[in-house]
Amino acid sequence: MALNVGDKVIFKIFRYDPEKDKAPYFKDYEVTITRKGMMVLDGLNQIKWEQDPTLTYRRSCREGVCGSDGMNINGMNTVSCMAHIEDYNSDVLVIKPLPGFPIIKDLVCDFEDFFNKYYAVKPYLIEKTPPPGRERLQSIEDRNKLNGLYECILCGCCSSSCPSYWADPDYLGPSALLNAARFVFDTRDEGSDERLDAVNSVHGVWRCHTILNCIHACPKELNPTKAIAMLQREILKRKY
Amino acid sequence: MANINVRLEEFDVVIVGAGGAGLAAAVQTGLARLKTAVISEVFPTRSHTVSAQGGINAALANMDEDYWIWHMYDTVKGSDYIGDQDAIEFFTKNAPKTILELEHWGMPFSRIEDGRIYQRAFGGQTRNFGESIAHRSCAVADRSGHAMLHTLFERTLRSDLSPYVSYYSEYYLLKLIVDPETKRPMAVAAWDMVNGGVHVFFAYAIIFATGGNTRNFRTNTNAHINTGRGLYTVAKAGIPIKDPEFVQFHPTGIYGVGNLITEGVRGEGGYLINAEGERFMKKYAPHVLDLASRDVVSRGMAQEIREGRGVGPKKDHLLLKLDHLGHDFIMDKLPGIWELAYKFVGVDCTKEPIPVQPTAHYHMGGIPTNIHGQVVDWDGDKEVPIPGLYGAGECACPSLHGANRLGCNSLLDLVITGKEAGRHAAEWILTEHPIFPYPPEDYLVDKYAKDVLDQLNTLFDGPAGSVKMDEIWEDLRDTMQHNMSVFRIEEGIKKELDLLDQYEEKFKNVGLTDKSKVFNTELVEYFDLESLLLISKLETVAAYERKESRGAHYRDDYPERDDVNYLKHTAAYYKEDGSVEIQYKPVRMKPLTAPTFPPKKRVY
Repeated sequence: MALNVGDKVIFKIFRYDPEKDKAPYFKDYEVTITRKGMMVLDGLNQIKWEQDPTLTYRRSCREGVCGSDGMNINGMNTVSCMAHIEDYNSDVLVIKPLPGFPIIKDLVCDFEDFFNKYYAVKPYLIEKTPPPGRERLQSIEDRNKLNGLYECILCGCCSSSCPSYWADPDYLGPSALLNAARFVFDTRDEGSDERLDAVNSVHGVWRCHTILNCIHACPKELNPTKAIAMLQREILKRKY
Repeated sequence: MANINVRLEEFDVVIVGAGGAGLAAAVQTGLARLKTAVISEVFPTRSHTVSAQGGINAALANMDEDYWIWHMYDTVKGSDYIGDQDAIEFFTKNAPKTILELEHWGMPFSRIEDGRIYQRAFGGQTRNFGESIAHRSCAVADRSGHAMLHTLFERTLRSDLSPYVSYYSEYYLLKLIVDPETKRPMAVAAWDMVNGGVHVFFAYAIIFATGGNTRNFRTNTNAHINTGRGLYTVAKAGIPIKDPEFVQFHPTGIYGVGNLITEGVRGEGGYLINAEGERFMKKYAPHVLDLASRDVVSRGMAQEIREGRGVGPKKDHLLLKLDHLGHDFIMDKLPGIWELAYKFVGVDCTKEPIPVQPTAHYHMGGIPTNIHGQVVDWDGDKEVPIPGLYGAGECACPSLHGANRLGCNSLLDLVITGKEAGRHAAEWILTEHPIFPYPPEDYLVDKYAKDVLDQLNTLFDGPAGSVKMDEIWEDLRDTMQHNMSVFRIEEGIKKELDLLDQYEEKFKNVGLTDKSKVFNTELVEYFDLESLLLISKLETVAAYERKESRGAHYRDDYPERDDVNYLKHTAAYYKEDGSVEIQYKPVRMKPLTAPTFPPKKRVY
């Protein structure tokens, strides 16, 4: 559906203010298309600045690298700043907070549990031998193994789209596991054994049932399912 | 009364801002085992360092012969000779070891065949004092800022630091609390965005690392959070802001939306063309063309547009061509900008050029600091360090960038100034044993934070206001863009000063519609606008007073650099009556060990 400047789209937005609402509700807003390629975040800003200053959502870089504005738009998780309104082929956009996360207010979720799981995989380089006087050497080929892993923006879209993550409150989830893989497959890292131990459990890599929602949800087009499979293979390789 | 909760907490160090500078400082104070609070409006990895693309300069000499003194010369020349040369020497000399440290902490640098760090060419970076183009920018594809921010954050999560560094994410800075008698900085007050309430962080040392403030321009590369709250609070505390008139316009923001397209595109061989398909930079920088410094390229572009050679129906932008680099090369070295161009303007840059325009990007001025990151007051004769108060990164001005920053010097700036501020603060606390600035609690609120609480009570209890905040925002961005842009002239600057007074008047009638204390983003936007109105005024008054053209500050009515009258730094005081008073202070021309680079004509 091609949208032209001046066209109207309805944003049906999940609203909830814990200080005054007994229960959440949806509210409709009319958004006017002001330029070709307008993003959902532009629409939210238009509502906040021109119609309803109480509408609450996170945002920062507005170019898909800070990971602030993950949300659920017409059933799909993504960051609103990189989501073209036109791409939804609909004159109504239903916008909800990330599924499975506790809600603070409107589209703002509580990420505490999500980040605790990220911390649990030891998401940092572990060094055992002192570094050389220069940089550690890494071949172009070895460095390329990190592509598709290091670009994660911690927006939560993948974990929030995962039914296993909803069902198992202890599941580390695709985001944390992808970040574990980012270090396990870094040739400079010397802590893979302890990191693999941290993810080798029924609440770790073995909880993934290859539902593949995470791949569709990732706004950076990363593949957490593949990263989890790589971790599984690595665990098996080292153990047996 | 709105019943606002106040909580007090004590730390050794409080760092305001969790971007690259704040985190680099936290690593140092954490290593010194000092109890550190890092407060930030957003979760650390959401800070705007994440958006930096091109890389970090350091004379590692991985691609070709290179020395820090060449980097220093380029930086001094890039600054249009108003950068402080002691700070620039410290900065360029420490660059290589800082990059290696980041690599050791896991930063996933791109590599060359022999496994060392890949370095690319960037604007204004030369070998042998301007002789030829240098490859000095250490890159992680075109996601260097993201990689660096994550690496620094990850570093603080290791077990040697995590017990000492506490993060307070989604706390919005309200005020720097200074003891009225001793003038000693004691604490910062912040708004707890999630729970509501004022949180006062007392500390021996306070480090400001609050980043940029270019959201006051219509087209800008900055994030929504870049509203200069740190600069605002420091200015309100009576400390003179250094060189606020120098605002960098990046040559290649995406037309219409402003998102950054890295200078690395030109470093890798891309170039700008006008409506006639002409590679016009040969007229403005005959030696290095598109790799001249940013002020020169932006001015060249603005001149092309002025003379009618702009592209599009409005002839108001230009084109950045890179398709000749080839699909595979672009996807390997510049994947992020491919995505941005495709998403934001529907351009596949492996096939067609990207529409670009000069876009407000970076504030060279800021909180005045010395080479150790200590905030310095100006007594009319010399710079006097304020014990326990520090600044680092874009919000601070040591001054490394003078009147114009070179590309890839900003990531270096924040990691070096952040580290040094943290290191110095830790050393000061551990060797000087200052007395803890904790006041008697019973009169704390009335004495130190009454203004903040009064303001919050008025906002929460008062009416929604007769003026919509959005009207002021829109006007501010439009008129700053128009009057304080690449080309400036007295008439326009004066007009902007009048307009800023009007905005300030209107702002008094702004209130809140959202009365909820939980995650009140309208309240945040209110403080953002409050900050930017003040900063815009500092920028505009300083631009009015600087009657010359230097670096990013170009006056049509004074087109030449005037070293006789203006080889000096601005010190802009914000007065209690709302006026701005301008004083000047000398440039620190003497480096630490290197010979001074005296001003000469700047040709690229």
